[in-house]
Amino acid sequence: MALKIVKGSIDRMFDKNLQDLVRGIRNHKEDEAKYISTCIDEIKQELKQDNIAVKANAVCKLTYLQMLGYDVSWAAFNIVEVMSSSKFTYKRIGYLAASQCFHESTDVIMLTTNQIRKDLSSPNQYDTGVALTGLSCFVTPDLARDLANDIMTLMSHTKPYIRKKAVLIMYKVFLKYPESLRPAFPRLKEKLEDPDPGVQSAAVNVICELARRNPKNYLSLAPLFFKLMTSSTNNWVLIKIIKLFGALTPLEPRLGKKLIEPLTNLIHSTSAMSLLYECVNTVIAVLISLSSGMPNHSASIQLCVQKLRILIEDSDQNLKYLGLLAMSKILKTHPKSVQSHKDLILQCLDDKDESIRLRALDLLYGMVSKKNLMEIVKKLMLHVDKAEGTTYRDELLTKIIDICSQSNYQYITNFEWYISILVELTRLEGTRHGHLIASQMLDVAIRVKAIRVFAVAQMATLLDNAHMLTGNTQRNGICEVLYAAAWICGEFSEHLENPMETLEAMLRPKSQEGNTDSTTAQEASQLMIDRLPLFVQSANLEVQERASCILQLVKYIQKLQQKDVEVSEEVCALFAGELNPVAPKAQKKVPIPDGLDLDAWINEPPSEKVDEKELARRREARKQEQANNPFYIKASPSSQKVYQETPGVEHIPVVQIDLSVPLKVPGLPMSDQYVKLEEERRQKERAEKKKKDKKKRKEKRSGRGKKHDSGPESEEDITPAHMVDIVTEEMPENALPSDDDERDPADPHKALDIDLDKPLADSEKLPVRSHRAAEVLKSPAEDEEGENVSSLEPKKKSSKEKREKKKDKDKDRKKSKEEKKKKKHKHEEKEEADLLCGQADEPAFQSEETNEVVTPPTSTSADVSDLDFWLSNAPVPSNTQEAATVAAAEAAPAPGAISVTTPDSEPEEPKDTEMEETKSSKHKKKKQKREKEDKEKKKKKKHHHHHHHHGDKGGEESVQNGTVEEEEPLPPMSNYCLLAENSYIKVAYDIQGNLQDGSQVVVSVIFENKCDSFLKSMEFNVLDSLNSKLQRPEGSGPHDSLTIPFQLPPGVSNEARFVFTVQSIIMPQKLKGTLTFIVKNEESSTHEKLDFKLHFTCTSYLITTPCYSDAFAKLLESGDLKSSSIRLEGVNMPFHHLLARICFHHHFSVVERIDSCASMYSRSIQGHHVCLLVKISSQTVSVDAKCDEPTLLGNVLDEIKQTFSQC
Amino acid sequence: MIKAILIFNNHGKPRLIRFYQYFAEDMQQQIIRETFHLVSKRDDNVCNFLEGGSLIGGSDYKLIYRHYATLYFVFCVDSSESELGILDLIQVFVETLDKCFENVCELDLIFHMDKVHYILQEVVMGGMVLETNMNEIIAQVEVQNRLEKSESLPFILH
Repeated sequence: MALKIVKGSIDRMFDKNLQDLVRGIRNHKEDEAKYISTCIDEIKQELKQDNIAVKANAVCKLTYLQMLGYDVSWAAFNIVEVMSSSKFTYKRIGYLAASQCFHESTDVIMLTTNQIRKDLSSPNQYDTGVALTGLSCFVTPDLARDLANDIMTLMSHTKPYIRKKAVLIMYKVFLKYPESLRPAFPRLKEKLEDPDPGVQSAAVNVICELARRNPKNYLSLAPLFFKLMTSSTNNWVLIKIIKLFGALTPLEPRLGKKLIEPLTNLIHSTSAMSLLYECVNTVIAVLISLSSGMPNHSASIQLCVQKLRILIEDSDQNLKYLGLLAMSKILKTHPKSVQSHKDLILQCLDDKDESIRLRALDLLYGMVSKKNLMEIVKKLMLHVDKAEGTTYRDELLTKIIDICSQSNYQYITNFEWYISILVELTRLEGTRHGHLIASQMLDVAIRVKAIRVFAVAQMATLLDNAHMLTGNTQRNGICEVLYAAAWICGEFSEHLENPMETLEAMLRPKSQEGNTDSTTAQEASQLMIDRLPLFVQSANLEVQERASCILQLVKYIQKLQQKDVEVSEEVCALFAGELNPVAPKAQKKVPIPDGLDLDAWINEPPSEKVDEKELARRREARKQEQANNPFYIKASPSSQKVYQETPGVEHIPVVQIDLSVPLKVPGLPMSDQYVKLEEERRQKERAEKKKKDKKKRKEKRSGRGKKHDSGPESEEDITPAHMVDIVTEEMPENALPSDDDERDPADPHKALDIDLDKPLADSEKLPVRSHRAAEVLKSPAEDEEGENVSSLEPKKKSSKEKREKKKDKDKDRKKSKEEKKKKKHKHEEKEEADLLCGQADEPAFQSEETNEVVTPPTSTSADVSDLDFWLSNAPVPSNTQEAATVAAAEAAPAPGAISVTTPDSEPEEPKDTEMEETKSSKHKKKKQKREKEDKEKKKKKKHHHHHHHHGDKGGEESVQNGTVEEEEPLPPMSNYCLLAENSYIKVAYDIQGNLQDGSQVVVSVIFENKCDSFLKSMEFNVLDSLNSKLQRPEGSGPHDSLTIPFQLPPGVSNEARFVFTVQSIIMPQKLKGTLTFIVKNEESSTHEKLDFKLHFTCTSYLITTPCYSDAFAKLLESGDLKSSSIRLEGVNMPFHHLLARICFHHHFSVVERIDSCASMYSRSIQGHHVCLLVKISSQTVSVDAKCDEPTLLGNVLDEIKQTFSQC
Repeated sequence: MIKAILIFNNHGKPRLIRFYQYFAEDMQQQIIRETFHLVSKRDDNVCNFLEGGSLIGGSDYKLIYRHYATLYFVFCVDSSESELGILDLIQVFVETLDKCFENVCELDLIFHMDKVHYILQEVVMGGMVLETNMNEIIAQVEVQNRLEKSESLPFILH
C-alpha cells in the first residue's frame, strides 16, 4: 500500500500541475488549440489512474480549461470522485470544478446526494462550507428536496460560518423546491436576529430577495425590519432593508409614513454615499406611494432633489449617473420639482459618458411641456446629427418619438412640425427603428384628422424620393417608412394633389421590399392602370395575389365602363368605411358568452396531430403579421379619452387649418422652420392677448391685473396651432375594464408566492430520511388530538354561558355591529378590571372571550391586524421582547421617535405591584374614552385585534411544535414596570439583554409627562456598582449624567434607551439613580428631581432563544446542568396562559408541549442554558429546571415564583 | 442577486469566470467577448455602470465594473443590489486578493485561478453576498489554506 502511494506521488512529479499547464499554454501562443488538445489527452490518462491526488490535479486543470471555453462535462464522473475524497484539499478542487460545470441536466448529479449529505454533516466545518458553496451553484430540484432538511438543520449550526452559508443557500433551495419555503421560514426569520452580524446579514439578504418578488407575503415582517433598520449599524444590512422597504411601501402607504422620519434622519446623518443613495431612493418610493393621499411632503421631496443635485454635480461619474437615475423616479410623481433643474440635465446631455447621456435623456422625457417641447426636440435633433455610433443614435431617435408621443401627443401643439420631424428622422443612416417611425406616421395620420392633408402631401414627396431612402442597402430599416407612406397615401387618397404621379412613384418596382409592395399595390388599386402585370410575376406571394386580384377587378371595371354601365358608386363602396385603431388587448377583454365552451371541439379532431414546431412557426408568423398590420396597434400610450359608441365622422369637430401657414413645403420639410413659425405664432397670440388684457384693464381698472401678463406664459396659454381631435382606440362591446398583466409563467419566483403567515400543516414538513425524525412527526398529531379533546369542553360550556349572558345584557338578538363593538369594549374593561383586581374570574372571562371569537380569527388575520396596529400611529411601547415567534409582529418605536398620546386627565390608576399592567391598560382607557365619544370605531377594532394577537400566542407557540390548535386568547401583558413617579412625570422601564454582546443590557425607559407643563433638560444618572455600569459617551466621567435627547410637552410620552455593561449576571442587582428635569410653564420653571431604583432581575439577562426538541434533548443528556425545582400552589389559570406568561415575562420559548406538560428553554446573554419542565395538575404547578449556573437558576426560579404569586 | 463575475485583462483574456446561472461554454465565451467589448471601449473617467449587455440578463441587469491596471473586474447584477455597494465589494475583493497574494498582479491570477476562486467563494456565494468584512474573509481563507497545508505534509507522518 505504502509503495503504491510512493509510486503515485512519484508519478505526480512528472505530471503537469495547473501552473505547468498555464505556462505551457502561454508558451504555445501559435498552436494553442493543438497544445491544449494534447493536454486534454494527458488529463484523460491521469483521470484513469487510481491515485486521487492525480485525479484531483487533472480536475483542477480541467477547471482552468473550462474557463477558456472547453467543454469538460465528459469528466463529470471524475469530478464526483474527487468531490468524495476524504481530504479537504481534493474535495475543494472537486466542488469547485462541479460548481463551474455542473447544471441541472448533468446526470451524475443524482449520484452526489449522499456524498453531499455526508459532507454537510461533516465534523469539519470547512468540509461543510465547501459543500454548501458548491451546492449553491448546482442545486437541482431533486437535490433541494432531498437536502432541504439537512440544510435547515445547519441554519442552527454552532459555527456562524456555516450558519450564514446555510441561510444563503436556502434561497436557492426555495427556488428549486418551493414547498420548503413554509416549513423553513420560521427558522429563517429567527436568523434575522442572530447574534452573528454575518448570519443576520445573510438572512436579511435572503428575505429581501424573496420579498422583492412577492412583496405582499412579507408585509407582516415590516415591524421587524423596521426594528433592524433603526438598530443596525451595518451598512450592507441597512441598504438591503431600505431597498426592501422600497418594495413594500407601494403595498402599504401607512408604512411609508412611518419610514419617512427615520429615513430622513439617515439621509442627514450617514456619510456612506451608498446608503444615502438608497435612502433617497426609498424616500422617493414612499413619496410615490403617498402621492395620492398626502400631498404635504414637499420638504422631503426638496431634500431628495437637493441631495440628488449634489450627486449629479459631483465630479464622480458614478454618483452623477445614480443621481440622474433616482431623479427620473421622482419625475414620475413630482415633475415640478425636477423641472427646475432642467439646466443641469441638459448639461448632462453633453457629457462624454454615454450612460450619463442616456439617463439624462430618460429625464427629459418627463420634463417636456407644451412650451418647451419644440426646443428640447430641436436640441435632441442636433445630438442625433452629432452622435457617433448607432446605438446611441437609435436611442435618441426612440426617445424623441417617446417624448413627442407620450400621453396621446399631449404636448404637441403643431402636428405639421411633428410630421416633419418624423420625415427628418427617416434620413438617418442605418437605423433599426424604421418600423417605429412608420407606426408613428400611421398613428398620427389616423388619429389626427386635421393633419391628413399635410401628411399625405409629405408622404407623397417621400415616396417620390424613395430612391434616396432605399438606394443604400444599409438603410433597409427605413423601407418600413415607405410602407407607411404608401399606406397613408392610399388610405387618404382623396387628399392627394397629384395622384397619378404618386402612383407612378409607388409602382416604380426597382427596390421595394415585399411588404411595401403588397400594400402599395393594394392601396393604389383605386387609381389602377397598367403596371400591374409586372407585379403579377413578383416573387412575393402576397404581392402576386393582391396584384392579380386588383388587376382582375380593374379589368372588370374597364369592361363595364366600356359597356357604359355606371359602376363608380359600387367601386367606391368597395373601399368605403373608415378603419379605426383597436385598443391593445381589446380582444382579450371580451367576456366569453354564456354557454360557449371554447375548449370543446367543434369537429372531432383529426387523428394526426400538428406538431409543436409547426404551431410555433405559425404563431411566430401571426405575430409578425400583426406587427406589420397598421390596424393592430400593440402597446400604445393608454388613452385618456373614452371611445364613444359610434364615432361618426360628423361628430368629430374638424377645425380648419389656419391657411396663413403655407402648407406645401417644397422638397423635404425642415422642422426648424416650424419652431420659428411657432414662436411667431405664439408671440402674435401673446400680443393679441395683451391687447385684450389691456382693453379689459381699461374697462375694469382694477389693480389685480398685473399678475396676469407679467408672468411667463403658463401651459394653458399655449393654444395648439391645430385643434386636433385625437381619435382613440376602438374597444369591442362588453369589454371588461380589468387590466391585469400576468406574470411570466416561467418566472421561478411565481412558485414562491406563498402565504407565510398561515400555520404549518403536518403535511408540509420537509422530507426527512432518518428514523427518529419520523417519530417526531407522529407525536404532534397525537398532541393535536389530545388538545382538541381537552379544549373542546370548556368551549362548549362557555358558549352556553355566553348565550345566557347575551340574554342578560341585551335582549335583542339581532345585534347591530355597533352593539357588538360596544360589547367588545365592555369586555375589555372587564378584563382589565379582572387583571387589576388580581383575581381572574375565569369562567366569565372565558365566556366573554368566546363571545367575540364566534368565528375564531385565523392567525393570518391576527397577523394582519397586528401590522395594522403597528402601522397606526398609536404608540407601542411594549412587547418588544415577546416570545420569538411573535416578536416579529411587533416593534418598539424607534429611539427618539416621539409618540404622542392624548393627555390623560383621568384619575390615576392603582399603582401597586400590578404596575406592569398599567401601561397597556392605560392605553386602553384612553382608547375607550375616545370610543365613548364614538368616533374612532376603526381604531378600536384594530386595538381589539391587537389583544387577539396576544391570545394567539399560545397557539403560535404550539404551531412551532407542529400542532395547530385554537385556544382562548390571553390577557394583554406588558413587560414595562414602574420605575418611579411623582406628580410631574412617570417613568417605566424594561430591561433586555443585548443579543450582540454578552456583557450588555439595554434599558428602555418610557418617560411620560403627567402635568400641564413642559418638561425639559432631563438628565438621567445612575450610581454605578462594581458589577454594573451605565455606558456613558466617551470623554465623560464615571459620575456624569446622561442628557435625554428630547423634551416632553404636556401629556406626551417618549422612550429612551440606555446601555449598561454587566459583568456577572447570576445575581439580580439594584442600582440607585436619579432623574433631574426642569418643569417649565408660562409663569415659572422649577428644577425637579426624582430618585429611583433600577432593578436588574436575572430574567432580564435571558434572551428568548428558540430551541428544537432534538437539540434540547441533547442538552439535557449532556449532564452538565444542575437541577433545581419549585412548586407553585393555587395557580388558577389555563396552562397555555401560564406558559405564555413564562415566555413573555421571563423570556422563555416553548420547546415542546404535551397536554399539561411542557419543556421550555432560554439562554442568558452569556450563554447559560436554562431548561424548564413545567407540569400542572389541579392548580399546582411544578417547575423542574436545569441550568449550568445554579445561582442564576435559583434566582430565575424565584422570579418566576414572584410573577405567579402576583396573579 | 449577482448573475456573473468576470475578470479579464485588457485584451479580453479571461482570468476568472464565475456564472451563477447556467450558460453553455460557448455562450460563456460569447458573453465574455461581448462584455469585454462593452467595457473596454469606455474611458477610465466615465461611470462604472453599464446597462446590461444583450446576452446576459436584459433590462433588469447592470454591469458594474472596475478597472485595475491590466484587469477588469466585472459584476453583472440585478436591481436588488446597490450599485455603490457592489463597487465597494469589488474593492474589498481586490484588496483581499492583494493581501492574500501580497501585492497581487495579473500573473497571480493567471497561475492561481483556483486560489482566486476560493477567495471569491468566501465573498460571494451562489450569487449572493456572503461576507463583506475583509478581515473575516482573510481569516477564513487562511484557516483553509492551513488545513490544506497540514494535509499535504509528507505521507509518512500520517
